[in-house]
Amino acid sequence: MTNEEILSKLKEAFPDVAIQVQTEETKDFTLIVPAERLVEVATHLRDHLGFDYLSDVTSVDYPDRFEVVYHLFSMKRGGGVLTLKVHLPDKEHPEVDSVTPIWPGANYQEREVYDLMGISFRNHPDLRRIMLWDGFPGHPLRKDFENRLYTYKELEPTRPKPPNW
Amino acid sequence: MLKTETITINMGPQHPSTHGVFRMVLTLNGETIVDLKPMFGYLHRGLEKTSESRTYLQAVPFTDRLDYICSMSNNFAYAVAVEKLAGIEVPLRAEYIRVIMAELTRLVNHMLAVGFLFNDLGAWYTPVVYAFRERERILDLFEMASGSRMMCNYIRPGGVAADLPAEFLPQLRKMIPHLENFVREIRFYLSDNEIFKARAVGVGFLPADMAVAYSITGPVLRASGVKYDVRKAEPYSIYDQFEFDVPTQVAGDVYARYLQRLDEMDESLKILRQAVERIPDGEYATKVPSRLRPPKGEAYARIEAPKGELGFYLVSDGSPNPYRWRNRPPSLINLSALREMCLGHKVADVVTILGSIDITLADVDR
Repeated sequence: MTNEEILSKLKEAFPDVAIQVQTEETKDFTLIVPAERLVEVATHLRDHLGFDYLSDVTSVDYPDRFEVVYHLFSMKRGGGVLTLKVHLPDKEHPEVDSVTPIWPGANYQEREVYDLMGISFRNHPDLRRIMLWDGFPGHPLRKDFENRLYTYKELEPTRPKPPNW
Repeated sequence: MLKTETITINMGPQHPSTHGVFRMVLTLNGETIVDLKPMFGYLHRGLEKTSESRTYLQAVPFTDRLDYICSMSNNFAYAVAVEKLAGIEVPLRAEYIRVIMAELTRLVNHMLAVGFLFNDLGAWYTPVVYAFRERERILDLFEMASGSRMMCNYIRPGGVAADLPAEFLPQLRKMIPHLENFVREIRFYLSDNEIFKARAVGVGFLPADMAVAYSITGPVLRASGVKYDVRKAEPYSIYDQFEFDVPTQVAGDVYARYLQRLDEMDESLKILRQAVERIPDGEYATKVPSRLRPPKGEAYARIEAPKGELGFYLVSDGSPNPYRWRNRPPSLINLSALREMCLGHKVADVVTILGSIDITLADVDR
């Protein structure tokens, strides 16, 4: 299935959704989907277009928005990546629907995005920090996070103590 | 009145079967597992954030430290991603060297995975020392080429760091039949072991559809019967020029994963034989400026690392530092089905199942 076929089939199935193709600045076939329709589009991609395998969930912090990036592949057909993107212009409280109900493999990766980038996922079964501890100040992968050496004295009070660790 | 209740125990962070610092919170009904929660992050070093303040080349040594057993594969994946982003061509000899190194790394990883699986089962250090003996010979080759045994930092964007020394290929030629013999030896001594089979057959079953839904990759996926290998599905480098099969198993249990690793070692040796015969002379690298400035853009590239699909997602804003440096770790994502594999089994089986997934905690936590 070529990229054009995927796009035309998606447009057929969702005539009311503004699905954009990112043409500049990317080496992969990239679709930008409105955040509120992400789950529908993703379910359609999995069930009808054969993109049954979610490889990677990640996020990027741009000055004017957050982007959540999904890399999809087809196990049945093989072939290249389909990048699905969601733009989240709300820098204060970025929130997007979780795709864990569709691909359970997104669970830990969404938790990682939540932990390190501070984007919350609605309907996630177990949204907790994964790498850092509860109470860690800030989200390190955001561009406004101060990248310096944090001392033990500074961080130790934020760390949960037994029995709640 | 008779009353039963579940108890919660912590397995780890310091537990010999986790090969690192990893904690599993088990909820037990008697000896049977009714819930399992993995806890990560003890080894989190923030490599993604740190790499954003380094140049593209300075980030290569960080990739060594992701999965320290397979440093060459990590270099390889990162180099492929940078080349895709910046549009760098790689000379043919460099591609051959990369394939040789990647397949040797697969051998190292799989022999250790098999060895440590037996370690976890209580065959205390006998199989793993034999695996270490063979690994040591391969690490000698790595040292010959790169100057370092484990943190190789050898495959760079644009090619490799240095040409192969003159003794490398003769040594490798001599070693291939030896390694083939080693795989035969493992099969002969270990595959039919009664105790091993009693502990491994039917344990940790993962059906194929579930493996795909949980984004499982690598030998674990293929042991569940899904014939998917990035080297065949989306060939990178020069893998389309080699003849090899993608072995699969049917059973999807611990024993199938063990057999799968042995089969993959055979295939790797097949590729090595072809590569050693056909490797051309020529340049070993394209010149890449040390402050590489890829054009504004983004790229996702992936390879079939020994543990599964290893991907890098790089975003460039045109400056010498990556705007976003994301690593898709196979170990972390292969763990997502750990709970489902363990439910209903005994505590002792968790050790086996974890060993059969084959994780490196440095790759899980990054």
